[in-house]
Parts: sequence; structure tokens; C-alpha cells
Amino acid sequence: MEEFTISIYVNNKPGVLMRLSQTFARRGYNIDSLVVSPAVDHQFSRITVVVQGGPETLDQILRQLNKLVDVVHASHHDSKQSVEREFAIFKLLIGPEKRSEVLQIVDVFRAKIVDITDQSLIVESTGSSSKIDAMEKLFNTIGLKEMVRSGKLVMARGTNKT
Amino acid sequence: MNGAQVVVEALKREGVKYIFGYPGGACMPIFDALLDAPELELVLVRHEQGGTHMADGYARATGKPGVVLVTSGPGATNTVTGLLTAQMDSIPLIVLTGQTITPNLGKDAFQEADIFGVTMPVVKHSYLVKDANDLPKVMKEAFHLATTGRPGPVLIDLPKDVVSAECTANFPENTDLPGYEVPMKGNADDIVRAADIIMESRRPLLYVGAGAVGSGASKEVLKLAEKLQAPVTTTLLGKGAFPETHELSVGMLGMHGTAYANKAVVGCDMIMAIGARWDDRITGKVSEFCPTASKIHIDIDPAEFGKIIQPDVSINGDARLVLQELIPHVHKLDSGPWLKSVASWKKKYPLKYPKRGGLRAQYVLDELDRLSESRGIISTDVGQHQMWAAQFCKSSRERQWLSSGGAGTMGYGFPAAIGAQLGCPNDLVVAVVGDGGFQMTLAELSTAALQRVPIKILIIDNRYLGMIRQWQELFFDQRLSGCDLEGNPDFVKLGEAYGVKGFRIRRAGDVTKVLKKALAYNDGPCIIHAEVVKEDNVFPMIPAGAAVKDMLIEKPKDRKLEKPVGST
Repeated sequence: MEEFTISIYVNNKPGVLMRLSQTFARRGYNIDSLVVSPAVDHQFSRITVVVQGGPETLDQILRQLNKLVDVVHASHHDSKQSVEREFAIFKLLIGPEKRSEVLQIVDVFRAKIVDITDQSLIVESTGSSSKIDAMEKLFNTIGLKEMVRSGKLVMARGTNKT
Repeated sequence: MNGAQVVVEALKREGVKYIFGYPGGACMPIFDALLDAPELELVLVRHEQGGTHMADGYARATGKPGVVLVTSGPGATNTVTGLLTAQMDSIPLIVLTGQTITPNLGKDAFQEADIFGVTMPVVKHSYLVKDANDLPKVMKEAFHLATTGRPGPVLIDLPKDVVSAECTANFPENTDLPGYEVPMKGNADDIVRAADIIMESRRPLLYVGAGAVGSGASKEVLKLAEKLQAPVTTTLLGKGAFPETHELSVGMLGMHGTAYANKAVVGCDMIMAIGARWDDRITGKVSEFCPTASKIHIDIDPAEFGKIIQPDVSINGDARLVLQELIPHVHKLDSGPWLKSVASWKKKYPLKYPKRGGLRAQYVLDELDRLSESRGIISTDVGQHQMWAAQFCKSSRERQWLSSGGAGTMGYGFPAAIGAQLGCPNDLVVAVVGDGGFQMTLAELSTAALQRVPIKILIIDNRYLGMIRQWQELFFDQRLSGCDLEGNPDFVKLGEAYGVKGFRIRRAGDVTKVLKKALAYNDGPCIIHAEVVKEDNVFPMIPAGAAVKDMLIEKPKDRKLEKPVGST
């Protein structure tokens, strides 16, 4: 199984997401993350999906997606030709004695503390998914209680169409 | 105009003639509007599934979309099998379903079913209309989607308050569907590359499927085959895209195809799929399917390229238009020795059946083919009789063969024949059905009798689910489970109850005489009840999942067969 990032430009209509998720499920692809937002033209939506699946069926799944009437285009993005970002917030249940350790990590990853109490901290961070993964790993050793990730967003570099 | 009137007006504008319908609370406004549209004929069916198959048969026989109108809830869910049947075989259908009023949606209202959600995997596209002003656009798009590109069923869910509401009836001329492109001619470079591969071939084979029927490519297929001097095999659904009476025809290929077609598949050095999708019934074990032959794939649906088989060249386009472009790039191949081999296989392994030992289904169908001069529209159910009909009823033109291929829907044949006869009133239409499948949709005997369609319902009655019995005999040590149709009715008497004429065939000696009489009977539908031998098997056979080269010409006498690895 490999991980693929697929960007899909769709009509902003009810049922579109259901058709997409059915297409992935039928081909045995597992959706890791999914972001839906309006496109510049609000009649359309931009969807970024990170899926796990066999590389041999990637072409097939793109074709099946493109076949859906409401899909304007669907394409695979690799990290070299696109800007990839993810946003995450982490809640750590820690007292003042561990704050400096967290602050160091926050500093190194250029993250931000957005909420603080005597028993907790909330950290926000933006970056590549691997950066978020790394932060999660470190925070886990300290006292990570909750995590919310936006899912990966991609945009093709330069003048290329996403 | 209210929404219902807009729907009806849109149907008129699309040139619809028949609506196969069954009413219910949620679609009553549309039924009401139909009363004011005498040019649309409502065919009142007896079950919604039957209605979808009638519309499907009408579509397959005429090439025009079939239209179904049903109510919400169970009325709508009863169309699911018909939708799957049409979706698998790329048949244009418009299914209009009533729905509860919009304020009730999602509240488990009476006869509410989320049919938009339920049917999503079995439609080409679907709509849930929430604003009556959208109706003209939706209707226009639905017909466009159903009939263009790779055709398929489109469902439109119509809440009762939406079709009751007054609205602007602004009928658009065109559709605006960003992202929906219909490939037409095919890429010129791909066509040249395909021609190069073809010209290198000495043992070519054209493998022609439903896409050729859908695009009306039979003239082009004939021209190409004759120009190249290449043998042609057709799939179950491609029957008629090339005349099976032509000397270059090797008939149907695949699981129960002719031995010579399958030998041609094994022996060819180039196979060109024209609107065919390398179905598992064709390829058998994919890794051993034509491993050394070059493969060319013409398809209107690019998602078929590489789904099963990776072609050397794929051409995305309409089969007819692509062939028109391709034909000037090719000329006669040096295929003489290959054609000789094919001819020798035809001689050595003809389709055959025992002439003795009781009434054989194959003989009945062979005689039907002879007496009707291969001219009838044949609509079948699914199972042994279907395969025998495919083998012995030759198709000489497109749209003469109606059969549920992809879905394998029992109960399809009889209602489909009704739809076909309505669409083609001057053609002979024969429903070849089994005793099992016929009983799934026989309620439509009322519909057939009322419409007085002169269809011939040929029931091949072996009092078994024959194909199941065959598998259990061959692969499950003769342990018969759930295949005995004990309790079948007397089908002739059953017909009488509906006012349908009946004929009986019990002995081989009666076949010709009775068939002649039945074929001459045109005063409404008739049943021909053929009581055939109980235990007979369809051969040749490629066990599911086996390689084409492992085809069985007959039941092996000296060894037990392994359970097939293929799904069904």
C-alpha cells in the first residue's frame, strides 16, 4: 500500500462527496484525509484526498473519478510539483514543570501556543504532513491528549492547474 | 405550468413515446399530468422491476432511451435490479421516481426511501430535484447523459411538492456540464499506432462488444473485417454487431462461446477489442489471456483501459467513428493460413447436441433460428437457455439480441420482449426464457395481454435451475442444492388465466409443427411451453477463472473437475 494525494475539482452539489467516497471504497482505497472547500468560483468545490492503495490501481481510480459526471477533473499530485500543507492543533495535559520542554519543540517547529492553563496547553502548527507527524511523535512522549488535523491541502506549483 | 407538467413536456420534447409506469401517492401529480399528454403512452406494468426491464428492452431494440415512472419508497427500490441491469450493459434509461415532500425528507416519512443514495452505485448519474425551476435543466441533462458517451441509466427523484409547484418552464436547448466530455473520433496518433500493429499481424482477431452495437458500428466492423480478412468474434452483448452468418464470423467467445472462437483467442497474434471490456467471462484467467498477442482497445470509456487488460494501444472514442478513421490506414493482411486454421476448427468443433434421448432445448432453439431465418429479435433470461440461445440463434444485425450480460438478471427476458415489441411493432420478437427466470416477472403477462403485443414467450422448461444444476453436477459432486424447481405451474394453463394463447412442445417430433403455428400467431402474446430434458449441460465451457485454453468441449469422462476459482 502506498499513499497518494489526489486533488479533485467538482461541481458544488449535494451527493458529490458520496459518489467520490463510493468510488474509493469500491476500489479498495482507504481515505486517510479529506478536505473540501469552495473553489474561487463558488459553483465548484476543491477536494484534496489522501488515500492508501495499490499503485497499480491509481490510474484506474483517477479514471473512475474523472468518469463521474460531477467531477470536472481529478489528478494525482506528487510533493515535488506541488505545495503541500497541513494544519494541526494539539492539546497537551501538562503542568508548568513540562512547559519549557514543549516550548522548545514549539520553537524548533515554528509552531504557536494558542491556549494555556495550569494543566494544559494547546499548540497550533502548519506545515508538511511529515512535520505534523514528527510533532505528534514528540508530543506523545510528553502528554498529548487530543489532536485535530485539517488533512493535507495541495496546490500545483507555478502556473500549473491543481 | 407545474413541475409535473414540466416533466411531461420535457418527455414530449425528447420524443418519448412510451412510459413504463406504476403509480403511487408520491408520483400522482405526474400521472395526472400524463392524462393531458395523449402522445405519451403509459404502459401500466404490474411490478416496477418489470417496468425497468421493459424500458431496457425498448432501449436495446430501438436505440432510444427507455423511460420509467414509479412512486417513492418500495416503488423506487423495485427499480434497483433494472438499474443495475442497465448500468452493467450501458443501456440508456430514464427512471423517474416519486418522493415524499421536501419538508419530510430524512424524517422516515411514509414510503420514503433515500433512493438517490440507494441507487448511487448503479446509475450513470442521478438527481434529487428540490426546486421545480430546475426541472427543465435536469430533464435535458438526464436525457443527454443517458444517451451520450457510454450510455447508462439516469435516475431523477421528484418530491411531490416539487412536481406540484408552479414554476418557470424555461426549456434549455443545450446542456452545460463542465467535466462531462463525450469522446468522439479518437486520437489520430493512436489510430496510426493501432494501424501499425494491425498491419504486422498474421493471425488477427476482432473482438466486438456492446460498444459497437451502441455506436451503430456494424457496417464499419464488416468493412474492417473484410478489408483485413480477419475473423470476428462477438461477445454475448456484441451479438449482431457482425453477422454471425458471415464466413469470417466465429460466433461468440468466452465461457460458453464456440470452441473455434476460443481457439482463435488462444491462437491469435493480435486481438482488437471494439467496444468490449475484457469481462471475466471472456478472459477467464487474466494472466493467461492472450499473453503473446498484441492488444488494441477501442472504447468510449477511458476507465476501461487497463482495468482488466493493459492494451498496447488504446483509442478513446466512439467505435463507429474510430473505425471510420482507422479503415483507410489498413489493408489486407497475410492471414490466409490463419483463416484456414480457423476454418478447420469450425469443422472439427461445431456446436452440437445429442439428437436423441428426448426433447433438447438446443434443438428447439436451432429450429426457432431456422424457421425465423435468424431475423427475430431474441430476448433472453439468464442461464442455460440463454447460452443455448446465444449459441444457436444467430444474430444477423444490431439490436436483435437482448440479454442481461453484465448483471445476469433472471426475470429480464420476458418484460424486455414486451418493451422491444412496442418499440419494433413490425418485428418478430421472441422471449426465450427459463422456467426459473420467467416466474420472477411473470406478472407482466397482464401487461403483455393488455398491450396485445404479439411476442412469443418460449419457455425452456427443464424443471431445474439448469445452470446451477450443471455446476453442481460438474463441480460439486452432483450434490444438488436448491436447484429443483418442483412445483412449476402448468405454463399453458397459466397463460390461459391471463387470456394468453398457449402451445406445448413435448416431443422433438412436434417442434417444427408447433413453432410454425406459434410464429404465425399474431393476435397478442403466446406462450410456447417446451418441456425439455431435465438434465443437459451447456458446452463448450471454460470453468470460471480457468484459462481459455483449458476450455472443455464436453464433460470429461475420465476425471473429476476442480471447483472453479472464478467468482461465478
